[in-house]
Order: sequence, then C-alpha cells, then structure tokens
Amino acid sequence: MADLPTPITDWFAARSWAPHPHQLDMLTRSGDPALLLIAPTGGGKTLAGFLPSLVELADGTHEGLHTLYVSPLKALAADIKRNLTGPVQEMGLPIRIEDRTGDTSVTRKKRQRADPPHILLTTPESLALLTSYEDAPRMFAGLSRVIVDEIHALTESKRGDQLFLALSRLEAMAPGLRRVGLSATVEDPTAIAALLARHPDPCPILTADPGPEPDISMLVTEERPPWAGGGAKHAIPAVLDLVRRHKTTLIFHNTRAQAEIFFHNLWLANDEDLPIGIHHGSLAREQRERVEAAMVRGELRAIVCTGSLDLGIDWGDVDLVIQIGAPKNVKRLIQRIGRANHRYNAPSKAILVPANRFEIVECVAALDAAREHDLDGDPRGRGPRDVLCQHVLIRASAGPFAADDLYREIKTAGAYTDLTRAEFDACLDFCATGGYALRAYDKWQKLVERDGLWQLRDPRAAQRIRMNIGTIQDTDTLKVRMRGSHRQLGEVEENFAATLTPGETFLIGGQVVRYEGLREMIVEVSRRADKQPKIATFMGTKFATSTQLSQRILRMFRQQDWPELPAHTADWLRMQREMSKLPEADRILSETFERDGRHYLCTYGFAGRNAQQTLGLLLTQRMEETGLAPLGFVSTDYATLIWGLEPVTDPAPLFAPDALREDFERWLKGNAVMKRTFRAVATIAGLIERNLPQSARKTGRQATFSSDILYDTLSKYDPDHLLLQLTREEALRGLVDFGRIEEMLERTAGRIDHLAVAGMTPLSAPLFLEPGVVPVKATGAQRLLEEEAEAMMAEAGLDTL
Amino acid sequence: MNGHALSLAGVDLTALPSGGLWWAAERLLCVSDLHLGKSERLARRGGALLPPYETAATLDRLDALIDGLKPRTLVCLGDSFDDRAAAEALDEAHRMRIARMQAGRRWIWIEGNHDPGPVDLGGAHRDELRLGPLTFRHIAAPAADGEISGHYHPKCGLARSGQVRPAFLVDTARIILPAFGAYTGGLRATDPVLQDLMIDPALAVLTGPRAVPLPMPRPDSAPARAGNPRPPIRHGRFG
Repeated sequence: MADLPTPITDWFAARSWAPHPHQLDMLTRSGDPALLLIAPTGGGKTLAGFLPSLVELADGTHEGLHTLYVSPLKALAADIKRNLTGPVQEMGLPIRIEDRTGDTSVTRKKRQRADPPHILLTTPESLALLTSYEDAPRMFAGLSRVIVDEIHALTESKRGDQLFLALSRLEAMAPGLRRVGLSATVEDPTAIAALLARHPDPCPILTADPGPEPDISMLVTEERPPWAGGGAKHAIPAVLDLVRRHKTTLIFHNTRAQAEIFFHNLWLANDEDLPIGIHHGSLAREQRERVEAAMVRGELRAIVCTGSLDLGIDWGDVDLVIQIGAPKNVKRLIQRIGRANHRYNAPSKAILVPANRFEIVECVAALDAAREHDLDGDPRGRGPRDVLCQHVLIRASAGPFAADDLYREIKTAGAYTDLTRAEFDACLDFCATGGYALRAYDKWQKLVERDGLWQLRDPRAAQRIRMNIGTIQDTDTLKVRMRGSHRQLGEVEENFAATLTPGETFLIGGQVVRYEGLREMIVEVSRRADKQPKIATFMGTKFATSTQLSQRILRMFRQQDWPELPAHTADWLRMQREMSKLPEADRILSETFERDGRHYLCTYGFAGRNAQQTLGLLLTQRMEETGLAPLGFVSTDYATLIWGLEPVTDPAPLFAPDALREDFERWLKGNAVMKRTFRAVATIAGLIERNLPQSARKTGRQATFSSDILYDTLSKYDPDHLLLQLTREEALRGLVDFGRIEEMLERTAGRIDHLAVAGMTPLSAPLFLEPGVVPVKATGAQRLLEEEAEAMMAEAGLDTL
Repeated sequence: MNGHALSLAGVDLTALPSGGLWWAAERLLCVSDLHLGKSERLARRGGALLPPYETAATLDRLDALIDGLKPRTLVCLGDSFDDRAAAEALDEAHRMRIARMQAGRRWIWIEGNHDPGPVDLGGAHRDELRLGPLTFRHIAAPAADGEISGHYHPKCGLARSGQVRPAFLVDTARIILPAFGAYTGGLRATDPVLQDLMIDPALAVLTGPRAVPLPMPRPDSAPARAGNPRPPIRHGRFG
C-alpha cells in the first residue's frame, strides 16, 4: 500500500480492510491511456475505478474537473455520489463530487459549467449535452480521467456510440485524457476494450477474481406451468414462499407488462402483507424513486422489476434473484444473478421460474450454459451513422469547426475507425442541407461553411439541437394520471390508449385503474379494483433468444429421453414426437392443419423472435401472391404460426432461398418494421425533432404528421437518401434480423419436413395463446376494415342511408 | 371509383378514396388543404429540413385525380399553400405543372387561414364560393347549411383494425374534407371541436384504397366524478 497517500491508507487500516489486488493493479496501471477492468458485481469495481483519482486529487492542488464518471443510469450516478462522498469525507480528502443528469436543477447545472467539481458523475446524454456548449473547452480543459461504468451495457446500444464519440471530443479538449472502463463478465472483452480506447491506443484488460460459482436452480412447481404466456401465475405461491424465506429478493421479468401482471397476482396472494414493490421503466420517476429509497432503507422484502434494475445500484442485502420467464440470453442471466449478494466471496443465489412449458426447456438449456460459462453475444457492427449525424450537430452547436478536424477526431472512436471520408461527408451534408437529391434548401441550410469552418446558419438552432440530444427511443407513449390529481402513475403506449374506452380497466404500477378519458394527451384514470384488468402494453425491448441458446435447445430435442426435465415437460415433448416430430437443427419442420375453418401453417425455424417475425412477413407475402389468403401470423423465438383461408399443400417452395431473398428486398421497402426503424433513425439523426421549444410548438393539430409519410415520400422521390440507407442497414441487423434467417436457411439447406397433422400439436399449441398477432395488411386488412365499418353502420341503423 | 355516395342539400356527391369530393352533375372536383410548400416554410423558420418532395407528391396525386375525372371546375378549399411566401417560393416546374392542370377548366382558390390574399398563379381567388344550394368555404361556420369545408384535417380510427386514416365528416348540413396535402397531420374525429360541429346522424368516411363509411365515433362522454372512493393503500404497496 506504499503508493497510497496516508489518509487513504489510514482509512483502510481503521476498518481492517485491504484493497483487492485488482484495485491495486488499477492504481499501478493508472498511467495507461486506457484500461478495462472485468469484475463481478460486488468486486469493488467502483472503488477500483476511482482509487487513482482519489490519489491524484489527495493533495488538493488540482483545479477544476479531474475525473468524469459516466454510467448508463441516472440512479447509478446518484448512488455512486452517495457511496463515494462518504469515504472521501471520512478520509478528509479535499475533493468535491457532484452528479449531473437530466434530473439536476437548471441553476445547479449552470453553476457546474462555471465552476465544475473535481469529480463529475453523469450519463452519456448529459455528457453529450455538456460538449454542445460553447464553453465546453474551458470546462473540460483540465480533465484527466474518464471512468465508464457498466460499459458492457453501454456498448450494446447507440448510447455507447454516442458516449465514445463524446470521448473523442473530450480528447480534443483535454489531450492525454486517460480512460477506464468497468465491466461485468462478458464474452468478448477485447471488443469492448477496442471501443473504449482512443484508436489506435492499446487497452490492457485487467480481470478480477470472479468469486465463487453462483448457486442457480430452476423452480419446479407441483402445479404444471401453462402452455403459453409469461404470467407465471402458477408459481405465485412458491415465489411468495421464497420471498418469505429470504431477506431481500429481486424478481426479474423480461417485459414490463409481465412485471405488472405478476405484481398484481403476487399482491392478490400476499396474505401476510409482505412489503413488495414494483420497478420498471414505464413508471413515473417519483414512483421509481420511492421504491429505490424504500429498498435502500431495507424496508422491502422484494421488488418485482425489469431490466431497469439490471445494472448498478448497490442494494446491499439482496440475497436472492428470481428470474421469471426464460432468460433469452445467458450473458444477461449471469449479470442478473450477480445482483444477488453484493458481498464478494459469497455465492450468488438465483432461481429461474419458467412461465410456461416451453420455457422449462429453455431454462434447463440456460442453466447448462451458465454452469459451463458459455456466454453468448453478437458481434457489434460498425458505428451507426445516425448517431454520427447527431454528433455533427452537437459539434456545430459548440461552435465553428473544420470538417477535416472533426473527421480525424471521429476516426479515433473505436466503432468509427473505418468510417470513410465519403461516408462522413454524406453525414455532414445531411446535417447541413438535408442531403436530398433535390437541392431545395440552399437558402435555408442548417449548417453553412464560412472561411473553411462549418457553423450553424442560425445560432438559435443550437437550442433545438440540444433539446433533442440522445439516442434512447421513446415509443409513442402517453402519460397516465389520476383524474383530479397531478400525480403521474407512469406511461402507456399510444396504441394501447387508443384501444381503451371509458370504463375499461388496466394495470399500471401494480394497481388496477379505470380509464376515464384522454385530456391534453394525458390518460386520465381513477381507482377501480373491481374488474379484471386489461393489461397495459409496453413496448419495452423484446430480446430474441440467442443463437447459442436456441442451438442448445435443439440439441436437447435429439435426446431419447429427458431425465433433467420435470415429468410433465418430458411428456409434452414425447407427445410432440408421437403426434408429429421434434424440430431438428438441420431441417425445417412445417406442420399444417385445419382448425375452426382456418388453415394453419406452423414453421419451426428456431431463429429467434425477430427473424421468425420477418419470416412470417415474407411467407405471408408469398402466400398472398399465390392466393392462399393469409390473414395473420404470430411468432415466438422458435416458431411462426400463419393462418389463412386456403391450405398450404407444399410448403417447400415457400422456403426457396433465392425467392425468399428476392421477396425480402421487395418487402423491405414497404413494411412496418422499416417504418419503425426509419422513425428511430430519423429521430436520432435530427430529421424528426421530438422536443420543440415552446415558441415552435403548435396546438396539436397539423403540428405532427406521421413519420411514415416521410418514409413513403423519401422512398418514392429520393430512394438513395442517406437515411434510407441507414434504415436498411439498421433493420437488417436489428428488428428484421435477416442474418438469422440466412443462418437458418444455411443449416437446413432445403431439407424441409412437411407434416399434415390432424390438429394443433403440442409444440404449436402455445402459439395460439401468444400475444402480438400481426395482421396481414393486404387485401385482407381492407376487407376486415370494411366488415367492421359495415357492422357498425348496421348497428347504428345507418346502413340503409 | 371506389367512392362513397353522399347527398347534401339535395345534391349528389361522391367522397373519393383519395380525399377529394366529386360533384358529378357539375363535373366539379373539390380538394382541401394542399399545404404546398410546407417543407420550405418549416426550413425557412429554422425547423427540420424535411424531404422537399411534398409539393411534388401532392401535385402528383392531384394530377392523377384530374386526369381520371376530367373536371370542369376545380375548387381548392383553402390552405392550398402553407403560407404566402411558400406560394411565392414555388419552383418553376411546379408552377408550370399547376398551369397545365388549370388549362381548360375553371379553377378556384378559396382563401384559407394559411394563404389569405390572391396568389400569382392562374385561377380565380375567392373567400368563399356559392354554387346552387352549396357553399364552399375553408372553415366551417357553425350555423351553415349545405356547406363544404376543410381546415380541420379530420382523421378517424377504428379500434379493432387499429388503423387511423384521414376522413370526411358528413352530417345533414355539412361535409368537412380531409387534408389532401402530403405533409399534413390531422385532428381526430373525437376532438371536442369536431364533436360539437357535427350533428348526429353523422358519418366519418375513411380514405384509403376505398372510401369506407362508418358512424362518426362518439366516445362515451359521461364524465366520471372526481372523488371516487379511494381504497386505502395497502401496507407495503410501493410503486
């Protein structure tokens, strides 16, 4: 401990603590331009990150900002502030620590820019905003270190890309800046290291002792899990019992809607009134903060939560993690398990609760993978250019710049090292002129080049740019409020709100509320607990089951028997084998059958939810063309079920790879996924402004029109436009996931088994209960619409007019 | 033509799936709220640089309609231009295009709130137009009869089909046209302004591949009383 200043050594000594080896390693290597630390939760990661800063700041000579800490969660920034300020005060160090997030007050933010603290804790969005001010160079001039916490989570999204671009800006303002990344266990640390470091700087990776193996198991209940659904209602008594027998339990769910249902059901069964809270991203901030505060005070025995608690905050006493529903991805499972027992050297305890029959199979596969440390993950693609466009606008807000300088700077960010000059110029042109083939805006360019420097034509535009910084996509949501009160409960999707009629009830924040009406874009509700609720639908992210997990499941299907599965589940698989057959990795299984006057085609591709969805769109398009009149389809991670008016007698031609690819190209242009993706891309790139200053806002009408119209117009009149190129790239790897269809076609190589069966099979049954049915909006959609309208006309007695 | 037949003040009209209104006996075509030059106006005012193709897109659709129907009279029901400057900034090709469409027919620009005063394009300029029992004006007048107007950009959705489309609103006294322009948002038929204007039995006629009539939606407006009995919050319920 020779390297440590006395106050710090004394502080450790007074507690009979010693720094972990990896914490000292971080100190020894603190001069490295970039370092990545991989440590399990509870491994003292945060202190390892900050220790060098404390040492460097201990003598009180540093003026201004020294260390910038960036985390993906606002709550984490606030939490770290608490956890760091305590020891720093106890050590008597002259260090000022502040946080800055979207929740920080305006006055405080202003003061921070004029007089920054030594250590500033923030989020990628707040940092991007800081770099957009003209005085940014002054604020960041003395910056020595940047710590990126939970970097593994950031690198999975565009938030990370935005952050690393911001770091390239900081580097220009504070040359020699050192970067530190703190990460949970990941499958490919070198990929993260490459994103963190300034290209081509090296980034050594330090790995902490992973600690003891976690204690993971699967809950097997007396009662059989249902065939489908994510409610896991059958497991409520068992889960309550587990909560009772542990100090604090985190109950993770894959989606917000499932968390709401589960919480509701948990409450109905909670006879002992165990204090249990709910926490997810669609709840109002105040609601979430109340739960977090109660948790910190140790008042809660359990929290029903979603990915909103995946990261960070040190709850201290969590001794059990329950995962409801199959983990779609082993890496995320391991990270969630790490939330239990933040004490180092104690094994984390976790229990998986399959919500339905198929998930039992998935859970067993995931348990095997977790025990074998077989983590999954998809390689990151190139840096997304919509984020780059936003970066250009942010740069322009901070003042004039030379294109050459900005290009050079951007290429130091790991994800953008192979960005070509032409690509960069296209982004710059898009920001300046809109980048249209028709040069319509010469007079009204957003950016203009004067004396070799690009700048905002109208400096007031900076305000609008700043108001729209960020890459997190809100779906169109409406706030929900108690009628006659200002208390906000949370948000629901606009599409869901549109389906509500006054008097209907739904669940939000764990309570059943009654829809009263829509007022100024706010859903007004009242309390009403006497009706079976509709379930609020939240977009949230639906993760596709990883390729690696899907393969494990298919391998399990090849077994003769399944002693590792509960009897009811093994029976179910055996039944499938008898009535039809079990899907195989190198063949596509297609079952056809008739039911209630509809003809069904169930195809097992095991390609993950998104790819199965795309497959459904492609197959129904082909069926529409061949007169099979498909009406709709639904997809899960392993299969797609299509129904229509005519039977499919030979599915093989539907799967011809060349035809599928060709259809795909054609289909890609006009489909809803592309439109949704376009909306996201156009918003990030700055074409669609989510937030407008008061002066530019109009009263509802005419102010907004659907981004679909922009998409359609561009596709028709400017098909090579930059944003359409970006939309395509994005859709291919994201929601469309054609890559996994290709992978499926490759491994099955035209081997298609068609089984005409008498009716629903054991494996296809769950799809009948699956929500998220996609109607085929071809001739069928118009017909349905007309039928519905006709029925309404008849009902109103207007049909004879 | 996949339109929906209507009758107003004894006149037979057709609500076209494109959003235009056709008076066959007069060979009169009426379209509303073209908002030509909208993207130019937004850019001028420091807004987003939207794809500058909405004028072309709107004129393409109008052209196709005129081509098919060969109207003798064309009435643009106001807000034909997003503002005066947008009308003046219209590029030469689009002016030529409008001139070509005007050739051989009567063309009337009704004044809207976005485009008051005459524009230097062909055609007559009016604040409103009376023709037989019908009155064409931009904004509906509450007490009018036999009135055809625009302005509100009405749209209407169907809950089960989950679709929202621009729509005509029709009752025995008036017809409100949907906006014909490409970049035009809309006002839901459930908005109080439209709810008050339209007297039952009122219809909404959805645009799309085919015009689809349905009863104008009347959301259950019975207000729930504030102060519903509030059950006590159970112990431990957080969130």
